[in-house]
Amino acid sequence: MLRYSNPGRFMDATAALLPWIAWSAGMLLAAGFYLALFVAPADYQQGEAARIMFVHVPAAWMAMFVYAAMAGASLTGLVFKHPLADVAAKAAAPLGACFTALALVTGMLWGKPMWGTYWVWDARLTSVLILFFVYLGYIALWSAIEEPARAARAAAIFCLVGAANLPVIHFSVDWWNTLHQPASVARLGRPAMDAGFLWPLLVMAAGYMTSFAALTILRMRTEILERRARALLLARAHGAHPLAPAHGAHAP
Amino acid sequence: MSAFFAMGGYAAFVWPAYGATLAGFALAGLLSWRGYARARARLARLEGANEKTGP
Repeated sequence: MLRYSNPGRFMDATAALLPWIAWSAGMLLAAGFYLALFVAPADYQQGEAARIMFVHVPAAWMAMFVYAAMAGASLTGLVFKHPLADVAAKAAAPLGACFTALALVTGMLWGKPMWGTYWVWDARLTSVLILFFVYLGYIALWSAIEEPARAARAAAIFCLVGAANLPVIHFSVDWWNTLHQPASVARLGRPAMDAGFLWPLLVMAAGYMTSFAALTILRMRTEILERRARALLLARAHGAHPLAPAHGAHAP
Repeated sequence: MSAFFAMGGYAAFVWPAYGATLAGFALAGLLSWRGYARARARLARLEGANEKTGP
């Protein structure tokens, strides 16, 4: 029973919730851009170039968070067969790829003035590039297998294997000599960052997170509608009328 | 105002970074919404066809 009622309940709940989440995402992003461009001070070493941090760091956080969330959903789907788990992972993947691409592009644009080069094959940059390709592989796997249940299993296993890259990305700045600086916010103790930078960064990150939530819900709704259409077509191909009542009794 | 756009000499890096971010969000939003509208229209069409051919 749970298997079949959940997507329906999800559709009802998100229809009411989604506009609110989307509006807060828009507001937070607008506030984040305003704070980052007009309120945050210039850095005493990097000058105005430090403003790239406000779009680079949240994108990099999201690149990893989305993948971790997908891995969690994949595990839930494999172990508990929750009907929405693989829908969520599939819906999130293109958004994760987008955040990863943004982290790479903004990072290159920050690297050129600060390091003197757009790209170096060091541990942090390379492992994030691999994350981007893992996202693409995951998306490709879904579209390579026709049957949704089989595609979900294969993609979930692929996703869990790819999760091995996450600790490599996180600890790459400690394990290897790299040009990339270590974490300033996500570390033990106080963030090594002035409040004037920290607040705009956190507002921006909240905007990224709510945008991701809104778009993932929207994409999950899309996937559920597509699966309903598929079930309808299959039922029709087998000659049964999917909406026909069991004993010919018509609803009032 | 022009000092703001000059970004202390880093305009060529700061503005493309913000532009790419805005473009990324706009593209993700647009494609996601278009996919949703398409799926909704397709399902409505299929359900409509079933009503017609139904008993």
